[in-house]
Amino acid sequence: MPFDLETLAQRFRRLAPAGLDHASVRVVDEHSQTTRVRQDVAEPGERSHDRGAMVTAIAGDGLGYAATSDLSEAGLRAAIDRAAQWARLARGRSVFDAAPALPAPRGRYASATAKPLRLSTADRLDLLMRESKACRIDDRIVDWEASLWTVRTRQLTASLDGAETLQEHEFTIPALHVVAHAGDLTQTRSWGGRYNGYCQQGGLEVIERSGFVGCGRATAEEALQLLAAPNCPSGRMDVLLMPDQMMLQIHESIGHPLELDRILGDERNYAGTSFVTLDMFGAYRYGSPLLNVTFDPTRSEEFASFAFDDEGSRASREYLIRDGILLRPLGGAISQQRAARARADLGAVATARSCGWNRPPIDRMSNLNVEPGTSTLAEMIASIDDGLLMKTNASWSIDDSRNKFQFGCEWGQRIRAGQLAEVVRNPNYRGISATFWRSLSMVGDASTMEVMGTPYCGKGEPNQAIRVGHASPACRFDGVDVFGAER
Amino acid sequence: MKDLFFSLAGYAFGRLRGAEVLLANFAGEDSDFVRFNHARIRQPMTVRQGYLTLQLIDGRRHDRTTLTLTGVAADDRRAIDAAIEAMRADLRSLPEDPYLLYSTAADASNTERRGMLPSAEEAIDTLAGAGAGLDMVGILASGPVARGFASSLGARHWHAVDSFLLDWSVYAGGDKAVKASHAGQQWDRAEVARRIDATRAQLPLLARPPRSIEPGAYRAYVSPAALDELLWMLNWGGVSAKEQRTQQSPIQDLVDGRAALSEQISLREHLAGGLAPKFDEAGFTRPESIDLIRHGRHAGSLVSPRTAQEYGTASNGATEAESMQSMDLAPGTLARGEVLRALDTGVYVGNFHYLNWSDRSSARVTGLTRFATWWVERGQIVAPLSVMRFDDTLYRMLGAGLEALDSETDWILNNGTYGGRAIETSRVPGALISQLRLTL
Repeated sequence: MPFDLETLAQRFRRLAPAGLDHASVRVVDEHSQTTRVRQDVAEPGERSHDRGAMVTAIAGDGLGYAATSDLSEAGLRAAIDRAAQWARLARGRSVFDAAPALPAPRGRYASATAKPLRLSTADRLDLLMRESKACRIDDRIVDWEASLWTVRTRQLTASLDGAETLQEHEFTIPALHVVAHAGDLTQTRSWGGRYNGYCQQGGLEVIERSGFVGCGRATAEEALQLLAAPNCPSGRMDVLLMPDQMMLQIHESIGHPLELDRILGDERNYAGTSFVTLDMFGAYRYGSPLLNVTFDPTRSEEFASFAFDDEGSRASREYLIRDGILLRPLGGAISQQRAARARADLGAVATARSCGWNRPPIDRMSNLNVEPGTSTLAEMIASIDDGLLMKTNASWSIDDSRNKFQFGCEWGQRIRAGQLAEVVRNPNYRGISATFWRSLSMVGDASTMEVMGTPYCGKGEPNQAIRVGHASPACRFDGVDVFGAER
Repeated sequence: MKDLFFSLAGYAFGRLRGAEVLLANFAGEDSDFVRFNHARIRQPMTVRQGYLTLQLIDGRRHDRTTLTLTGVAADDRRAIDAAIEAMRADLRSLPEDPYLLYSTAADASNTERRGMLPSAEEAIDTLAGAGAGLDMVGILASGPVARGFASSLGARHWHAVDSFLLDWSVYAGGDKAVKASHAGQQWDRAEVARRIDATRAQLPLLARPPRSIEPGAYRAYVSPAALDELLWMLNWGGVSAKEQRTQQSPIQDLVDGRAALSEQISLREHLAGGLAPKFDEAGFTRPESIDLIRHGRHAGSLVSPRTAQEYGTASNGATEAESMQSMDLAPGTLARGEVLRALDTGVYVGNFHYLNWSDRSSARVTGLTRFATWWVERGQIVAPLSVMRFDDTLYRMLGAGLEALDSETDWILNNGTYGGRAIETSRVPGALISQLRLTL
């Protein structure tokens, strides 16, 4: 099938049956390539070309979906018929009161790529091999791997009521990690996070600005430092979380609890519910007055920037939490219409998204950022008399209401009398979302900001792992329960 | 799916030149999903997908590409041509791979397990009918799932299983719910309705005021579903030969003989009891059973062909991830009917949630209680327990602290659907533990 918007829209409108309240198709075409070098040996290359279509049909209060990789006329017709059948079967037995109203956008989006990444496989291997070889600095380095994952996606949507959009994304995700071992201790240190935390839109410029070049030796040296470091002490102390841990803190204890589908109960059998309830928006103190959180799909380099979500809503930057007060949830058009039964004044954000052609949109967090404050990193360190700096997430766990959390980092460093002191290994901390953010006492300025994210935000039934972005400054929290490893 | 795969694999083999070898793997499904909330329909859908992974090998150089299959022969053949050409061009610049290992056997196998699965009408009628009056939320997944392998050297393997999994929770209010699942190959509407109705029975207990307890060490009974969660943590790198060789296994102390689990713990990968295929991605036939822990001691590892080549050992047909697909923990002696009496006073854990390593080297895992978790006194359920966090090592929980395992096991089909429906299964008993360390 020709992959152009006009042909798709025309074909879809010709095939869609009459009598539906809404019918639309979303076609996703994704090319990806992953290159990996482990212990200076090229791992098997992985390329993929994934393409398919999801049809959405609405008949009264019934919604139905059908996904197919067969984009021929017959394949598309079969998917349309199946989606319509599901919608009609669900009619009168759905969670909706009436047919949900969906926008009919027209427009385009493309990643603001400065230097399209068109490296040959040989060039990709050269880049990774240089960093891999630089890791081999000591016999106690027992494993290491460097990788480069690049993705190009095109997504077309067309609907019976005139929607036509084309969104094109380019993602670049470099990563490296090193494992050091001695005696009965093993320590892992990563560059960019163990699970692809350095992930941005763009091409070669992502690698150039990331600091990936030259990271191999530095990361190996830090792994050895961790191996020699004492265990993290236990106690209540002030902590300074760096952006590569803040991204996880935001994700788990602000992002997920604010997802409207969790609040409406859709996720209770799998990902969970939320301690946040509809009545809290507009009045609830989520954090200290220093806490400002935005949904920002407009930051061009960030992982989940786009022009329209997968229900067709136009994306714009919105405050979710301002001066510590909770303002609005992360909910797309359909969830907002359901929530309107209880709260007609909830604000909207365009964040109903699907992870690919074979899953329907659900409420996600997309780009969720903590806005910068006014403190320099030096000022924050100097302000702590007895505390701990923590970097790079290593462990994450939080309850199904998104309240009781426990997180761990790869790297800890004591702060004494306003000065950075010794490195400690296996730093962990625990707390409760509803009170933790109120202990936010300093927010770093723009110079401390980093743009990160994850390709693996998981939720939904059937399950969906999706790309989300998190930009954050370093932040200080007071009186946190900190502890280390068994030995 | 079978005809599509072998037809396209045959076409791809015909495009080879000289001494080139091609391996072809297939993963596909034709699934219906019905997502529901408050016993009403949220997202019903059909997903038809098939992925073909081609691995082109020339000497010790090789490259791999995965394609979505359309089912339209001309389109699929064009995509295969383009993929082979791109890989062939890349092979010239790739270094030789010292760890490449694949099956050269021209063997064959065929497993096709047909079932009786619900139609779209049947699925929605059953869920809307049996769930009436309940705050029921969850998903029904049903349809065939298939895996295939073929090589240009003559191998042909096919594995297709029809199955359904109804995975649901019934809420009594707030975060208090009963969790249940029902999987199989023969859909029986009356049996499904009976199982949904059975979850109603626990609702009066869940409606009691919840009990909150202080952090500390408590006697606990860990249900099969909860123990399954713990064992999947162990399965995250724990039994992988590569992780063990590079000192990264969370049970490294067990592997190296520095620690042991209870003698009651015997764990194996047991394909005969599961849904996973009996061949791996490199075309090797997998053994029926592999002992991994025997009476609390390390007994074996899952070794993929690549790891075998790297470390000069024998492969046992493990997948590239070197994780169990058909986990089997041997039962013990505790009768199910005696569980509450044996627990006496403590915590009955219905489910765990969101587990992760808090200290990987020491096999220390943290997570939360979830769903129907109870406070028990003198062998009687007193009240649902408010959510508690635990943080403890497998060596304590399943070592000195393990008092008994159930004499029965539950068969659990993994409810994961990331990318496609999971084929992993577990057979596990429950466990009575003298001390579970609750921290928050």
